[in-house]
Amino acid sequence: MASVEIRDVRKSFGPVEVVHGVDISIGDGEFVILVGPSGCGKSTLLRMIAGLEKITSGEVSIGGRVVNQMPPKERDIAMVFQNYALYPHMTVSENMAFSLRLRRTEKALVTERVHIAAEILGLMPLLDRFPRQLSGGQRQRVAMGRAIVRDPQVFLFDEPLSNLDAKLRVQMRTEIKELHQRLRTTTVYVTHDQIEAMTMADKIVVMHDGIVEQIGAPLELYDNPANRFVAGFIGSPAMNFMSGQIQGVNGTAVLRTDGGIDLPLQAAPAASDGRPAVYGVRPEHFILSDEGAEASVVVVEPTGSEIQVVADMGGAHIVAVFRERHDLKPGQKICLQPNPELVHLFDSDNGQRL
Amino acid sequence: MSAARQNRLNTFAAHGALILYTLIALFPVFVIVINSFKTRKAIFREPLVLPNADSFSMIGYETVLKQGDFFLYLQNSIIVTVVSLFFILLFGAMAAFALAEYRFKGNTLMGLYLALGIMIPIRIGTVAILELMVQTGLVNTLWALILVYTAQGLPLAVFILSEFMKQVSDDLKNAGRIDGLSEYRIFFRLVLPLVRPAMATVAVFNMIPIWNDLWFPLILAPAEEVKTLTLGSQVFIGQFVTDWNAVLSALSLAILPVMGLYVIFSRQLIRGITSGAVK
Repeated sequence: MASVEIRDVRKSFGPVEVVHGVDISIGDGEFVILVGPSGCGKSTLLRMIAGLEKITSGEVSIGGRVVNQMPPKERDIAMVFQNYALYPHMTVSENMAFSLRLRRTEKALVTERVHIAAEILGLMPLLDRFPRQLSGGQRQRVAMGRAIVRDPQVFLFDEPLSNLDAKLRVQMRTEIKELHQRLRTTTVYVTHDQIEAMTMADKIVVMHDGIVEQIGAPLELYDNPANRFVAGFIGSPAMNFMSGQIQGVNGTAVLRTDGGIDLPLQAAPAASDGRPAVYGVRPEHFILSDEGAEASVVVVEPTGSEIQVVADMGGAHIVAVFRERHDLKPGQKICLQPNPELVHLFDSDNGQRL
Repeated sequence: MSAARQNRLNTFAAHGALILYTLIALFPVFVIVINSFKTRKAIFREPLVLPNADSFSMIGYETVLKQGDFFLYLQNSIIVTVVSLFFILLFGAMAAFALAEYRFKGNTLMGLYLALGIMIPIRIGTVAILELMVQTGLVNTLWALILVYTAQGLPLAVFILSEFMKQVSDDLKNAGRIDGLSEYRIFFRLVLPLVRPAMATVAVFNMIPIWNDLWFPLILAPAEEVKTLTLGSQVFIGQFVTDWNAVLSALSLAILPVMGLYVIFSRQLIRGITSGAVK
């Protein structure tokens, strides 16, 4: 097990720079998830940690050793790929034993390690099968088994669940987290799915256009997003944004939206009267009440545990989520009261939190 | 129900067409083989009749085995074919791997240059090749043939194999790299086993023209001790008299080794041809 330090790492493909100086420090035994929309550089960063992609500038160290010039096999890492990358001409046990056999590990030890890993992952009955005879979830487990038997310093996962169906994905999510709690191996995990990131990570790194937007624990990112991108990316359904101007009305601060609706603020930033800003409120932080911002219901989407309401508020579509089963109809006029303590305010130019 | 009936009709038609084609393709072979067991008179009188008690004769085979140095020719042919195929597959696969796997300047250009050989027949260069062989002292050696056939087979091999190697998943190769495989072992232990069907296809496509070639053996290696089977059979074809019994017997015998090689490759070959279409 080891810590991973990434210092000012950049990556260019020809003249195009795709990763613009990333600093991340990953503690020993931590489960860190790199998350972001496609093309944000998260996979490239992971491949640089793995040694599959050259580092243009900056430094990556694993367990205190700078690994920039080391080939992948010397970095003591194991990687799980999106499409599993099992050796198709080898059985499950051969697949898992392969890396150990390459290191000329003693035969008895190889068998023992393979059996331990197979036991953990419930692969014992499948050891003699070939990858083509396995289902998607089983293949993914074999890929994880292949990583486990090596007992590496760091596990790298590259969108391992993207090829699985929704139900299996939820199940494997739990399995991977359980595995990490059991083995406590430092893990770097790449995904574009913020729910995966929220549910599994000790620490989330949100990336966008080749830079790190914010690093933090899942709930920290959820409660205190550093900027508008993180606020919009984390959470589902996404946070509502309304742009307007900060104004003082009767001694309390409000944000008057472009549609002319006043939304309450807990405390306005100093000297901010008339300042343009973006008001962010999560769907579950609206309260249906008799007073507050007026809106008309557009669509009602019950999910069973809650109802999602899409409403038109001063010309902007917003989403509100209620755990109570309000009886709402499309076209109905309602009043939504955002909880001012849980409201986020962002600079309208650079998107930073105010 | 109508779908099922139509299906059966389709199957029937397909099999009918295939059987017909097989008959047409095998007919010359069949005629050669049956006539090789007949007396000279019977060959000319009734070429399409099976040998019977009257017309049966092994005279052709006796001549072949006694007169020409048949087994030496056979051995030469097998050596030339097998060694050429080995080199074509080895170098072809290596070049294909480099083209498919590594990004370097001039990659596409190199690929096109290698593919050019498919369009330009090597026989155009016969005179130059002969001069080269004379200067290097390779005339009348099996190496002359092996080198020429290797050169002749490489372009198509590189072309086919690089397409197949591009289909081998990158993640798989990367998984190998992380597991600690060197580039050579990735090539030999991961990629080659996966493109085996394509290798068999290349092998069969190259094997038959090499085995049947008359041109280069006649020009580069006509000496008695390095004659190939095809060239060796020509001794029975004279300007005035042709020993048809011997020619047909020699040809019948020449079919056997290629058939053996084909059986080895064919199982893979069928997978190679269909693997693009059905996964």
